[in-house]
Amino acid sequence: MSLRPSRRAALSAGAAGLASLLASGCDQIVSAPDARRFLRSAQALTIAAQRTLLSGQRLAREFKPSDMSPIFRTNGSTDPQTPEYLALKGANFSFYRLIVDGMVDAPLALSMQDLRLLPQRTQITRHDCVEGWSAIGKWSGVPLHEILTRAKIRYNAQYAVFHCYDVMPNREGALTPYYESIDMVDAFHPQTILAHTLNDAPLAVGHGAPLRLRVERQLGYKQAKYIKHITIVDRLDTIFGGNGGYWEDVAGYEWYGGI
Amino acid sequence: MTTVDEGLDAQLPPSKAPARERIYRHTLPTRIGHWVNVACIFVLLFSGLQILNAHPRLYWGQYGANHDAPWIAFETYRGSDGTPVGVTRIGNLAFNTTGFLGASDFDGHRVGRGLPGWLTFPNTRDLATGRNYHFFFAWLLVINGLIFLVISFARRHIQRDLWLRREELSLKHLASDIWAHIKLHIPRGEEAKRYNTLQKIAYLSVIFGLIPLMVATGLTMSPGVDAAFPALLDIFGGRQSARSIHFIVAMSVAAFAGVHLFEIFLVGAWNEIRSMLTGWYEVKPEKRP
Repeated sequence: MSLRPSRRAALSAGAAGLASLLASGCDQIVSAPDARRFLRSAQALTIAAQRTLLSGQRLAREFKPSDMSPIFRTNGSTDPQTPEYLALKGANFSFYRLIVDGMVDAPLALSMQDLRLLPQRTQITRHDCVEGWSAIGKWSGVPLHEILTRAKIRYNAQYAVFHCYDVMPNREGALTPYYESIDMVDAFHPQTILAHTLNDAPLAVGHGAPLRLRVERQLGYKQAKYIKHITIVDRLDTIFGGNGGYWEDVAGYEWYGGI
Repeated sequence: MTTVDEGLDAQLPPSKAPARERIYRHTLPTRIGHWVNVACIFVLLFSGLQILNAHPRLYWGQYGANHDAPWIAFETYRGSDGTPVGVTRIGNLAFNTTGFLGASDFDGHRVGRGLPGWLTFPNTRDLATGRNYHFFFAWLLVINGLIFLVISFARRHIQRDLWLRREELSLKHLASDIWAHIKLHIPRGEEAKRYNTLQKIAYLSVIFGLIPLMVATGLTMSPGVDAAFPALLDIFGGRQSARSIHFIVAMSVAAFAGVHLFEIFLVGAWNEIRSMLTGWYEVKPEKRP
């Protein structure tokens, strides 16, 4: 007994239809915003899974000095040219002030000297670029929770937003400041530090002088460099493109960079 | 009715025309699972190559970036006239792979690109979209795989149809099975109703070897998962080693898919594809003596 012709024809038609859909429809499927939004629903699953697995503030691996990359490459902005930054750099960051404001009861303006007088942490960790490469370096700086606690962060605060001195082109090609954001789970993680030192030397301009974020359980684009200003907020949708970071707004990277 | 999925030794209906004997070979969960896998492997392979194309160099160890030595790299150089030249490096060897790896044609222009546009999904350089697709279909592959395992163990599909029997592991049997494959022997009659030994070994190594390895090395590239399970870094020898293994396993899965398709066309594409759509498989009659 064989398949009846009608059924065979239906199957053939189905296969042909699928093939033509694959051949012609891919570009439309790729660019459809609804399809994109649907695909990004997987991100919610990733956050839920990782937050469950990472409960209890699990630490990223810390390596031995012998595990360190011989050369720690730079990436993204490596030499900001905004007048504001050039002036700071020209004065060796002596009049730099880290501003901490937003949903805090005690806004702060901290000099590099103030930051060095706070409790410090040193960690040898791996930096993972979204592109795929990794580098291991030794970072020293102030745990972010030390700063947020001193700023008397309010109970309904949700995110720390890092505004930076460097500018990058947006979708239209105009220059827009780099920024990034993390939630309070990562902001209060013991390895989340504002680093001023890499491999025992003051942070070079290429690595984000005078201060950059290290949030060790996420990818490189979350590690904001040239930090100017930290704002504590309860929502991200009103800031720049609304997706919580420069690359998130411009290229559609995931806000949660844990994968 | 005989169903491969539900017992090879079940009774066959009386048939007057053995030339037309059909068996119910694949149950519905197996069929759905199979086609979901096809979609997942297809998208994961090409979106994975999009991700690789963002940094087309692979390393061994905990770290690896531009200043470190890769074991394989698809690089672009500029020729004396400024046109891109593609060079593939494997260890100390270098090959000119212009036109394919390192430099290829895109929209009528020779461009410097680790992998050509026809191998990446999307075709343009779009890491963010590649990642969106990769992670969505990775979740789908894992969920689909877990459902397949639960159903197939519960219904004894794996134990009955895929698991190797003791006699299949004898060297003599394996040798004769390998020889049958070399001769491109097409199974007929009773032997066409079950999977042969090499076929079982191939399916078992994909289900219990390659895919779990793929998932584990993929997860090792996640800084979040590494913090939750630091042992992964010791098992695979580092994030960059995991990335290399992930690539090698992906190429192995692609090779499996290629051989699988070749076998399907060898023994009869229409019959094989129909059996995976409707469940019904037509058994080729024994050759008359």
